[in-house]
Amino acid sequence: MSGANRIPGAGRLTPAKTARFSFDGKSYAALEGDTVASALLANGVHLVGRSFKYHRPRGIVSAGAEEPNALIGVERDAARKQPNVRATVQDVFDGMKVISQNRWPSLAFDVGAVSNLLSPFLAAGFYYKTFMWPKQAWKHVYEPQIRAAAGLGVSPTEDDTDHYSSRYAHCDVLVIGAGVAGLSAALAAAKTGARVIICDEQAEVGGALHFDKSVTVNGLEGFTWAQATAADLAQMENVTVLPRTTAFGYYAQNFVALSERVTEHLAKPDRKLPRERLWQVRAKRVIIATGAIERHMVFANNDRPGIMLASAARTFLNHFGVAVGKKIGVYTANDSAYEAAFDLKRAGITVAAIVDSREKPGEAVLAEARKLGIEVLAGHAVVDTAGKLRVASMSVARNGGGRARSIAIDALLVSAGWTPSVHMFSQSRGKVAYDFESQRFLPGTYAQDCLSVGACNGTNDLQATIEESLAAGELMSNASGFTATQKIEIHGGNAFAWTGGMAGAAEGAGPDTTVKAFIDFQNDVCAKDIRLAVREGMHSIEHIKRFTTNGMATDQGKLSNIHGLAIAAETLGREIPKVGLTTFRAPYTPVTFGTLINHSRGELFDPTRKTPMHALEEQMGAVFEDVGQWKRAWYYPRAGEDMHQAVNRECKTVRDVAGIFDASTLGKIEVVGPDAAQFLNLIYTNSWDTLKPGRCRYGIMLREDGFVYDDGVVGRMAEDRFHVTTTTGGAARVMNHMEDYLQTEFPHLNVWLTSATEQWAVIAVQGPKARDIIAPLVEGIDLSNEAFPHMSVREGKICGVPTRLFRMSFTGETGFEVNVPADFGPAVWAAIWAQAEPMGACAYGTETMHILRAEKGYIIVGQDTDGTVTPDDASLGWAVGKKKPDFVGIRGLRRPDLVADGRKQLVGLLTKDPNVVLEEGAQIVVDPNQALPMTMIGHVTSAYWSENCGRSIALALVAGGKAKLGQTLYVPMPDRTIAVEVSDMVFFDKEGGRING
Amino acid sequence: MLLIYCPYCEEERSELEFRQAGDAHIARPTNMTEMTDEEFEAFFFLRDNVKGLTYERWRHLNGCGRFFNAARDTVSDKFVTTYKAGLPKPDISTLRPATEAIVETYEATESDAK
Repeated sequence: MSGANRIPGAGRLTPAKTARFSFDGKSYAALEGDTVASALLANGVHLVGRSFKYHRPRGIVSAGAEEPNALIGVERDAARKQPNVRATVQDVFDGMKVISQNRWPSLAFDVGAVSNLLSPFLAAGFYYKTFMWPKQAWKHVYEPQIRAAAGLGVSPTEDDTDHYSSRYAHCDVLVIGAGVAGLSAALAAAKTGARVIICDEQAEVGGALHFDKSVTVNGLEGFTWAQATAADLAQMENVTVLPRTTAFGYYAQNFVALSERVTEHLAKPDRKLPRERLWQVRAKRVIIATGAIERHMVFANNDRPGIMLASAARTFLNHFGVAVGKKIGVYTANDSAYEAAFDLKRAGITVAAIVDSREKPGEAVLAEARKLGIEVLAGHAVVDTAGKLRVASMSVARNGGGRARSIAIDALLVSAGWTPSVHMFSQSRGKVAYDFESQRFLPGTYAQDCLSVGACNGTNDLQATIEESLAAGELMSNASGFTATQKIEIHGGNAFAWTGGMAGAAEGAGPDTTVKAFIDFQNDVCAKDIRLAVREGMHSIEHIKRFTTNGMATDQGKLSNIHGLAIAAETLGREIPKVGLTTFRAPYTPVTFGTLINHSRGELFDPTRKTPMHALEEQMGAVFEDVGQWKRAWYYPRAGEDMHQAVNRECKTVRDVAGIFDASTLGKIEVVGPDAAQFLNLIYTNSWDTLKPGRCRYGIMLREDGFVYDDGVVGRMAEDRFHVTTTTGGAARVMNHMEDYLQTEFPHLNVWLTSATEQWAVIAVQGPKARDIIAPLVEGIDLSNEAFPHMSVREGKICGVPTRLFRMSFTGETGFEVNVPADFGPAVWAAIWAQAEPMGACAYGTETMHILRAEKGYIIVGQDTDGTVTPDDASLGWAVGKKKPDFVGIRGLRRPDLVADGRKQLVGLLTKDPNVVLEEGAQIVVDPNQALPMTMIGHVTSAYWSENCGRSIALALVAGGKAKLGQTLYVPMPDRTIAVEVSDMVFFDKEGGRING
Repeated sequence: MLLIYCPYCEEERSELEFRQAGDAHIARPTNMTEMTDEEFEAFFFLRDNVKGLTYERWRHLNGCGRFFNAARDTVSDKFVTTYKAGLPKPDISTLRPATEAIVETYEATESDAK
């Protein structure tokens, strides 16, 4: 038995196919195809959650995506826990664990419900008014407490073990929604030969045909026709049918995002399958067939478990075979709810009464009600309900007052009318228009190549919907050059044409300020809250929304927005369209983070770039650091060494013997062409005409505003060929910068730029023994100081492979940088290391590189400069060609501020206590005793312990720094103030002789 | 995600392949060193924040690598046209769509409400 409320013979599920699941630890039987909601109702469970703010008992309101109340947690195992799942869209699978949320200690007895009693103090906007003092308390007391009490589900703490996939798709016509309208449109489009994708959020196509059993299409029951049509479509090669797939976002140029739930309904899914699949569809045309959503009635205590939308009760009966009660009441303002009563009555359920707020309900439904013996109370209102954890009775009174009569019920079906689902249309940036006659917002001005059809377009009549959809399917295919070759005939029939409907508060909501007549169940917003917001001066619907939080929950106000708007309009005494409608935003329904981030997590989050020698460095024990996307060897600790000891050893060894260093990450750009030198003249501050082939020069590049942009050594390989190096981090943007000027400002220059960063492996060999190390390996290059002086470049061979060998140094020692084609990098590194190791040399990493260059006062752009530093500020004024007629930044450098006195300049700092190492970023002051806030004249940019100097060293940007040489300044820290002396920037080998060794 | 027509590749490609590169039709002066501070300010710093049709530079970074120009409506976020670098501004009157839907934004609603 799959639940006591299952009606034999009713519904479309197979009684033999059962599944078991648990809800808050209690085991229940279900049928395959059940949603959690239908399975719980089959077992008589209406209480499924506690409300967000007041912790009121709540039940299932809907049977679809619009569900505001029945949010549950679904657990497969410790890692795979999903909070805030709507019970109405989650299929039951065998062995499923379902838990309720936002209650403690249990659903039936929830301590948090005390907030319902305190509700007079918790009016809309109470956060803003109540929790203002003391200021600190908001962050540390109020907010954490409120967050804990007002909650949704709990996120899982373990990593998600599921995986997700992503697919791009293109089609001629995308149809969103597979009800009568969507299927008709898709069929018409498909028959023209156009490529069609049709998606629907439900497990099976059919939309409203799930509940509306009185509809026939082409002689079949509507739902049966829908399944047959979908099967026909799926057979066609040009059609993709996607059930369980929600179109959640409509972006520019018909780019629509779909989320397909692949395994969410399976008990034991194949782990190879993705849990969900993100479809990014670019459609030539889009047909929106998203239907309409029923609104609830707004009256006192309209939120008790057992009170639900009439169409939902009909879905539970006609699709799932579940009766939502034994004695039901109906409260409606339109005809559609009558059909729910009729269906239930015919299934043997007692219908206590249909309460209709209208004086004159539709004639046809009235006649049918009379025939079935159902009491109809026209011109009446439900003014209150009673019942603790489930509705037990409704109080009914004549419109305008009078004595209320209590009617015992165990379920109350409500319907205020139907809201066209214009979400997708609105997301496409189309502008909705208010239709005064039908009192609803409908698609107005289109902004993209799409069409709305059926209920979401305001088309009520079944046959009109079909004709409109067929025409749209054909029309939208025409855009891709497809035309219809045959006429498609679809004939629909339904029992009743629906009339009526209302928006806003019904009679029973009262003008009272204490009545809880809910409009937004999920955020606990009542009619009175909207009125309060208006009284307190909120006149824009956007302000009212934020003040009351109406429509701001995860259901985005699918039930509540129109009610809230109507009440605001009434209170303001303005027409609804004058108050405005809030903008619909993506996603239509919540989308998991897994679907959105897809494969981009863990190691696949961001590419990792490794140099050719990475594996060898790993073998040598290197510790790596991240530099942008690069992994760079940071230091090479030996047994027993910590980082500090390893770096000190490396620093000493390089200056005493030699070291080898992987410099492959440096940006490299090959600049070639007859005008190459002229181009570099414009890009760099330096002059390149005088640089002879075979020589190198340190170049500085500015932005047009005169500030340092990048630096690097440039070698002239030939008259028309330069090997340019950039900083590691600057490689891509320098390339872009050069391309920009070459393509758009200097297109007359005949130059070709090629990024060569990854083409060269670069091994720096630095130190007194550097020449001895590489000499046995090099062929065809005279390495003597005379033939190959500092700042030269030669082409030859090393280890038998071609090399561009640079004589250059970023350490101040005799140095070489061996460039070889990347694939030869590891072999050449190994050969050099085989030479270096016996001589007592070491491999060193980026930390040692930083210290050695700081000992020599060599700057690192981006560390010692910050985008406001000129060459002169960095003591690099010598690199600016004085006679050049033009270069990028030439005019910027002459701006008044850039030549003014007192600019921050790069200087050295020596701590008075040589053992104290400053903190990078620390601020510098002149007077350590000045009252706060102190006048800061600069900051430390680089600071290290220098083993070679036997003391700490630092570089700093200091206002008027060059004029302060020898002066004492102070670096105030939280625990002490450090006295420093301003020095020049060179701390080691001030004469600079070692470089020419 | 927008589709952008690259005038060099001569096809529409995804926005992911492109990068915006600032205002178009601002030529770097050839007499840089003779400019007054005011002239340099106008050339380098001052830009209009246009509501409506704007001319800007784009680069087909992850494609052909070329810089080109585009006329785009900043309200509707629609590209009116794209054209090769160095070509003059196209005639606006022939390009602007006859009926441009006003796009509803939060800000627009806010100001309407006042």
